[in-house]
Order: sequence, then C-alpha cells, then structure tokens
Amino acid sequence: MNPIQIIESRTVVLPRENIDTDQIIPARFLKGTDKAGLGKAAFADWRYAADGTPVPGFVLNQPAAQGCAVLVAGDNFGCGSSREHAPWALHDFGFRAVISTRIADIFKNNALKNGLLPVVVDAASHAALLAAPGAPVRIDLAAQTVTLPGGREVHFPIDGFSRYCLLNGVDELGFLLSQESAIAGYEGSR
Amino acid sequence: MTGAVPDRGAAPRTLLEKVWDAHVVVPESAETPAVLYVDLHLVHEVTSPQAFSVLRERGLKVRRTGRTLATMDHSTPTLPRRADGRFPFADAQAEAQVDQLSRNCADFGVELHGLGSPAQGVVHVFGPEMGATQPGMTVVCGDSHTATHGAFGALAFGIGTSEVGHVLATQCLLQRRPRTLAVRVEGALRPGVGAKDLILAIIARLGVGGGTGHVIEYLGPAVRALSMEARMTLCNMSIEAGARAGMVAPDDTTFRWLAGRPRVPVGSAWDAAVARWRTLPSDPGARYDREVTIDAAALEPMITFGTNPGQAMAVTAAVPDPAAEPDAGARASLEAALRYMGLTAGRPILGQPVDVVFVGSCTNGRLEDMREAAAVLQGRKVKVRTLVVPGSQLVKRQAEAEGLDRVVRAAGAEWREPGCSMCIAMNGDRIERGQYCVSTSNRNFEGRQGAGGRTLLASPATAAAAAVAGAVADPRRLTEGAP
Repeated sequence: MNPIQIIESRTVVLPRENIDTDQIIPARFLKGTDKAGLGKAAFADWRYAADGTPVPGFVLNQPAAQGCAVLVAGDNFGCGSSREHAPWALHDFGFRAVISTRIADIFKNNALKNGLLPVVVDAASHAALLAAPGAPVRIDLAAQTVTLPGGREVHFPIDGFSRYCLLNGVDELGFLLSQESAIAGYEGSR
Repeated sequence: MTGAVPDRGAAPRTLLEKVWDAHVVVPESAETPAVLYVDLHLVHEVTSPQAFSVLRERGLKVRRTGRTLATMDHSTPTLPRRADGRFPFADAQAEAQVDQLSRNCADFGVELHGLGSPAQGVVHVFGPEMGATQPGMTVVCGDSHTATHGAFGALAFGIGTSEVGHVLATQCLLQRRPRTLAVRVEGALRPGVGAKDLILAIIARLGVGGGTGHVIEYLGPAVRALSMEARMTLCNMSIEAGARAGMVAPDDTTFRWLAGRPRVPVGSAWDAAVARWRTLPSDPGARYDREVTIDAAALEPMITFGTNPGQAMAVTAAVPDPAAEPDAGARASLEAALRYMGLTAGRPILGQPVDVVFVGSCTNGRLEDMREAAAVLQGRKVKVRTLVVPGSQLVKRQAEAEGLDRVVRAAGAEWREPGCSMCIAMNGDRIERGQYCVSTSNRNFEGRQGAGGRTLLASPATAAAAAVAGAVADPRRLTEGAP
C-alpha cells in the first residue's frame, strides 16, 4: 500500500444519500479471483446504459471527473455488503479519499486497508462541498484537516492506528503477525 | 472456553461486553485497537480468493484450520446437475471462482462442504446447522450477513477480504469495541406478524444508517418468544440498520436448537458448556450507549417500497409522499427511490402487480420459512414466476421429508437447489429490468436482484401471498383460521 500524506484534488460530487456497495460495484463484478482492474466497474449501473454505452449525464463520465482523487458523497456512504471490491473499484478508478457525513463501518474498515481515506465532516462543511462540485480541496492526513473551497480548514476524526498505517504505507497483517507470542499465550490460557 | 467467567463485584456487563472481554488477546489503547481472537471463521467463494493469494505471496499458513469452515453459496447454480453430471454454472468465471475455493481449501487444509456435499448451503444457514456457531463465540465471515449468528449470543460480524486474510493467518482481528444499542421489543407480536416484519419495522425506525458504530442487542418478551430460526432472521438484518452485529442472549430455546448438532459438545462437556452459556446474558443494571423501545403489538406485516431496507411500511399502508419529508436530503432520497421503483406517492401498495417472487436467502431460507411459504401456497396456484430456494441441503432434505417441495411444485412454483440465488443474482437467478419482485431476502438496493430490477422485501408469508395474487397482498387474508 502506498503511503498517503497529502491529497490535493478537485472533487467529484455524488449527493445521493445511502449509496450502497451494490451501486459502488454491482455483484456481477464480484466473480473474479483478483482485485486488479475493477475501476471500470465502479458505479457500473449508473455509468452505463443497458446496452453498455456511457450515460452522458452521469458525473463520472464527464471529462472534469477524470483524474479527480476526492469523492464527496451523501450521508451514510458505503452501506450494505462487506465486499472489499467497493474500495478496490474506487481506488482503481483513481479516488484516494471519500468525504461524507457518515460512512458505513465495514466499508470504512475496508477503505482504510486499501489506501482510500474515509473522511467524515460536519453537516455544514459537507453542504459546502456538495454545493461546489469540482472545487479544489486539500486533505492533510497528518494534521487530520480538510481545506474547503473557501480556504476554511475542518478537522476530521480517524483512528490513530489507521492513520499511522496510512501515513507510512504499513499493512495491518504485518502488525498482527508480530503479535504471535501474545496470540499463542492467549490460546494456551483457554 | 468461549463462555464468560462471572466476575462478582465488578460493574454489570452487557452480553457484548462479556463476549468481547473473553476474546481480548491484547487490550486496546489510544495507539492501537484490541487484538481480538476469532473462534469461528466461515469462508465462501466470493470474498476469500484474494485473501488466500496473500497467504501464498507471503508464505503463510492457515493458523487454525479447526476454527475455519468453508462452503459455497453465492456463485453456485440452484438447478441440479446436468445429464453429464456437471453443475450448470451461469458462466465460466463463476465456475472458476468455485474451483478456486476447492483448490484453496485443499492446499491450506480447510474443511470444505462444497457443491454436491450433503451439508452445503448458504453460509449463514450452514454454520448454525453444523453446530459450529455457539453462544459466547466470536464469529466472522467475509459477508455482512454474518450478523445472523448473533442469534446464538455470539459476537458475529462481517469483514472484508483483507481481514479474511488476517484471520486466516493469525486467527485474530484488530478491532475497537463497538458501542451498544439495546432494542427492546415489548409486548407480543400479533398472529400473522413475524420476525421479518419485526426487523423491517426496527430498520425503518432506526434508519438505514442508524445503527452505525453499534452492536444491537435485541431484548424483551417479544424477542424471547421468538424461535431460534426467527432470531436468526432478526439478527441477520442488523447490518441493514448499519449495525455490524446483532445479538440475542442465549436461553433454553437456543440450547434446545443446538443440542445434538455435529460440532456441539456432548455428555458432560455439553452440560458444562450450557452452564457457561447461562452466564452470558447481560447483567441486571448493565448500561447501553443507546436504547430504543418497539411495541410488538402495534406491528403489521411489513414490506419495503423504496431502494433501501429502511424504506419499509405496513403492507396495508400507502406509499409515503416525499413532500411530507422535512429533511431535504431524505426527501431527495425518497423521490429517487420512488422514481426507480415506479411507485406513486399516496397510493396503497396492496394490489401493486408483481412479476417474480423469491423465497430463500440467509434471511429467510430456513425450514420454518419454507413451512411459512408452503402454508400459503398449499392448495393454491401461483400467478407469477416463483422461486423457492432452501437455504441448505439439510433444509432441503427436511422440507422434502415434510412434503413441502410437493406443495411448492403443485402450486406451480419452482423448488430449487440451495444457494444465495436471487438475493444477490450472481448465479444467473435474476429478475429483468423493470420487473417487480417480492423477495424474502435482505436488500432492495437498485439492481440487487438484476440490473434495473425492483425489489420489495417481505416475509415468506407475504411473498407467497404475492405469488398467489400476482400482486402485493396481505397474507393474513389467506391464512385466516390457520393455526
């Protein structure tokens, strides 16, 4: 996993509330056995018509969305299934952060393990971001701040351990493997 | 082993706290989450291949094969073997994914009950049937409906594929203790109202994200009165309110259901286990971070009208009007849902024509669900395509022993092989663009049952009633006088 420190990008805005993981990546794209190349399936049923042609009005199909690393979405983003394919698809599309007022637990955990930063902000900051699609934002993970379009900085919460892992590109499996003696001790004590 | 030790003199603890405390390998601190031990890891074909790949890349083994149990369900066909003995997979990719699980289980020594085996089934039907899920355990699976197993007083939650790898390699997860949400269901459910109606009402009340960050404990007389299978239906959909887990304290209903299952202890070990499990229920005076009370007697059969499970109402109610919704975001969400669903605000949902009915899934694919659907189908004919899909090979055998398959077939419905089927539409069982499906599954998200399809979630009785009427119907009208 590549470290994340600063993310500077224009935003893509999907204002819908409760965007579920079936929208982020429909289940028919879960039949593979590796995680590469899923960006083309991100939001597939919103991006493509039944005949496979792109839906021109959909925000991710517009030229301005290309190269954007920050997705701003409506409340309760990522609800639904545990499919890690959701953050894999968003990351492969080019996103490095998702901003909302609430992010579902399993999606958030999965995102943190894949270099996709879940950022929860207050309702007023969120409203400002929703109202300014394509605006430039700056996310500073070490400082835990988002700089909004008007220049105001807002703080966002993140678990200290997750922040450490993202800042340093460390994966959790390595940390868990280093706990071997404690795990063996626990097993022996039961 | 997996029970909590009574801690006299300490502060009263909730069921969640007792299970949590008993599984802490390394306590959490400001810097690091807890290292939490996992008693049971259930594995299926969709969310595990990339995790096994990580083990191979890093030269790791499955740490505790005895705590790992695999089956196949999502991508598997629900039609029987073809004449040549091969399974009719939807496509080569689905078959390759299933084959990959067989290879991974063989290479890493994991017990697999795969396609064609007598125990195969939807992972959350299969685990309890095996007696693998037990009170006081921690249970995880790469599937959000792992919440189902909380019905036994286990802490059970869905994890992503990275975490599947963590558990395979270390039998542990890094976790912070979730907050607790008590949902007290007072009174008694009325006849014709069941666990599916109850959980849809609870989700409608909490909202689709209302349980985020919490583990729900279901309490109260209406919960205690539920059968074990009904409790599984209840806990199964906790995730649809955003809660990673739902729990019901174990009691005699739990122990009776578990006794004699393949993986539970026997003899004096069983007695010792039951004694330990009896210490698990929340202590008097235990504190929850939040509490919600539901009046069971006020509930009616429920159905969803929108595109998330929180958009549910009594089957006798009218589709809500977005204009009456004060919050702009919620109003936009409701408008988008009704547009997708092709439903008109203010109109009753009763009589809404449907194209397909699906009975099955980890929510409602158990024997009692098959009986509930069959009781409505008995002596009647379905007007629309109807799939009845038992949740496991065991459920299928038990249902067939009772003649339920004959009732289903005589009604003109299809009796299929076990699997997730039309709940997630990965195996070729799906609805077409624009079709309406009354489904006993757990998600009515856009396209969940097939791109462009429209799902109305309901109980097995309500689904079967819709099959008979060819439209949304109140099942109580068909089962009046029935026991």
